[in-house]
Amino acid sequence: MKNGKYLCALFLAWVPVSVFAQSDESMTPEAKGLVIAQEASRRNEGYGDTAVDLTMELSSADGRSRERILSWQIRESNDPQDGDKSLTVFHEPRDIAGTGFLSHTHISREDDQWLYLPSLKRVKRIASANISSAFVGSEFAYEDLLSDEVEKFSYRWLKDEPCGEWVCFVVERIPEYENSGYSREIVWIDQTDYRIYKTEFYDLKGALKKVLYVENYQKYLDKFWRAHVLRMENVQTGKTTTLTFKPYVFQSGLTEQAFSPAALRRIR
Amino acid sequence: MLRGSAGRAYYGAVFVLIARQSMAEGLEWAGYGAFEPRTFFESAQYEQHPHRGVSPSAVVAPELRYEWAEGSDRITVIPFYRYDANDENRTHWDLREANWQHFNGPWTWLVGVGKVFWGVAESRHLVDIVNQTDLVEDIDLEEKLGQPMIHLEHWSEIGTLGVFLLPGFRERTFPANDARLRGPLPIANHDAVYDSGVGDKRVDFALRWTRAVDSWDIGLSGFYGNGREPRLVPQLIAPGSLFLVPHYDVISQLGLDVQYTQEAWLWKLEMIGRSGQGEEFGAFVGGFEYTFYSVQNTNTDIGVLAEYLYDARDDAAPPTTLDDDVFVGARFTLNDLDDTNILVGANIDVNNREAISIVEAQRRFGERWTLSAELRLFSNVSESGLLAGFRKDGYLSLDAAWYF
Repeated sequence: MKNGKYLCALFLAWVPVSVFAQSDESMTPEAKGLVIAQEASRRNEGYGDTAVDLTMELSSADGRSRERILSWQIRESNDPQDGDKSLTVFHEPRDIAGTGFLSHTHISREDDQWLYLPSLKRVKRIASANISSAFVGSEFAYEDLLSDEVEKFSYRWLKDEPCGEWVCFVVERIPEYENSGYSREIVWIDQTDYRIYKTEFYDLKGALKKVLYVENYQKYLDKFWRAHVLRMENVQTGKTTTLTFKPYVFQSGLTEQAFSPAALRRIR
Repeated sequence: MLRGSAGRAYYGAVFVLIARQSMAEGLEWAGYGAFEPRTFFESAQYEQHPHRGVSPSAVVAPELRYEWAEGSDRITVIPFYRYDANDENRTHWDLREANWQHFNGPWTWLVGVGKVFWGVAESRHLVDIVNQTDLVEDIDLEEKLGQPMIHLEHWSEIGTLGVFLLPGFRERTFPANDARLRGPLPIANHDAVYDSGVGDKRVDFALRWTRAVDSWDIGLSGFYGNGREPRLVPQLIAPGSLFLVPHYDVISQLGLDVQYTQEAWLWKLEMIGRSGQGEEFGAFVGGFEYTFYSVQNTNTDIGVLAEYLYDARDDAAPPTTLDDDVFVGARFTLNDLDDTNILVGANIDVNNREAISIVEAQRRFGERWTLSAELRLFSNVSESGLLAGFRKDGYLSLDAAWYF
């Protein structure tokens, strides 16, 4: 996933804020929003590949909770016209251990997705229209975790405002791809390092549905910022999903082959 | 037939290896144990079937994996044992897997007992031929016995090519004479007859090529060897005792499976051509699956499936009920904390309306238990047809499984 929205969409530090200095006055809010998104994306270029283990804690409004343990591998596309590839493997709960989810994101057409069911040894292409569905019962939809190529949204800068210890651009973005479950998203992006601070998701009726809080950033390879806690709160249902990441591993040489449907059968 | 969206994922584990990344070395234990009592609704059709009501059964299937050389080598051992209180043949054990795998760049080796799956369709797995069916497990033909094999596979940008050498033929399992789901005549389990001069010592051969291009997933396969489907030939084994004797023929089979995926649609087709059992014949299964996502603004996804099945085999080939049938079904995936999913479906014969209906439901309890239910009913069964023996064998299976 180029950017892998919040997982990887984190950014270099050395570009001066003065990107906007000369054009701030003359730019439309739409152009400024786009420039911010492009800059955020640009700062994540060249990460190559990453792998990370994580825990997903699902909590219902009545206090019940469940835990899933999974690992993610992501490979940056060499082709600027195409999206990144990612592989998710479940370790717990035990009854779905070894289940694999492979995604090839694309800019110009629908994404491709395959599921691997280890008990049947079956690799199964699944429909990509599922992007608005809940990912394994969590408050994250597939579209929250995959594929946020710059070209998939239109943008509008709204304002600048303090956000925690940072100062953020506040940018509205509207999904331009099909089957999205959102009418719009509002993203707070830190002005120094282009890190996402939080995101609000609005449902198709225009009501606020979910808020994502992104925390515990660390810098890898001296330039790639990665968050280690993602907390998604569904304000309509009171349910919460928290992703907690182990340290990321960068550029371990994951091959194209490792992200092929055939390689899913190597899981187990 | 088909499972819930996550499959009936039997296997538990601790670590996973994909490439030379996020891998663990060493030993890993996993597996599951389950109680799976079946309740038959009607008293038995044949007098040899003494029991009615609840028929207790239990399964254990531990899994052992050992990896070394940074995960480029792996040994997998998965024994399987079932106890069934009322079917001595269903009380059986098997090595589902016992193999060594070696991954070296684009090459994958597997030597030992393994399991493979080919195909895309849900109601019938026509092209899937490598592993023998473990019929006593479930009459849906989805449970498989481990198959001894040498499997070499090569990946490249233009597709994945696999070659299989298959020594050690596995005979299909059948219910015992006094068990349910048996059929009108008892089956002579230990008296199988082979077309091949070397019988079950024959080394079979298979090829498989797959490729994913844009929205298409394409598979081509070939098989030459002992057919996995036996003909069941009536024979007097002793004076007055008529049995069905399994006859295994040497067959050649070519298979094609294709899936086209667009938006919420999956379009599926499997077809085979087979020679060696009566006249050369063809068969196919084709249809679609369409999914409604996040129905009514809930987390629930509903998939609707329909497939048509046709088989042109003549009377000299092993009989099938799926010669001119329609399958319809619906899959409900609740996407809740406990991964609840429900599948309902029916296979209906176009000509005589004979139908096999299923309901499967599953959910997790806590982190390690799953509860599932499987209901299977037979309706409009003709007196003389293949399903005649199952006429009174409708059942409900309630399974509680613990994963370790």
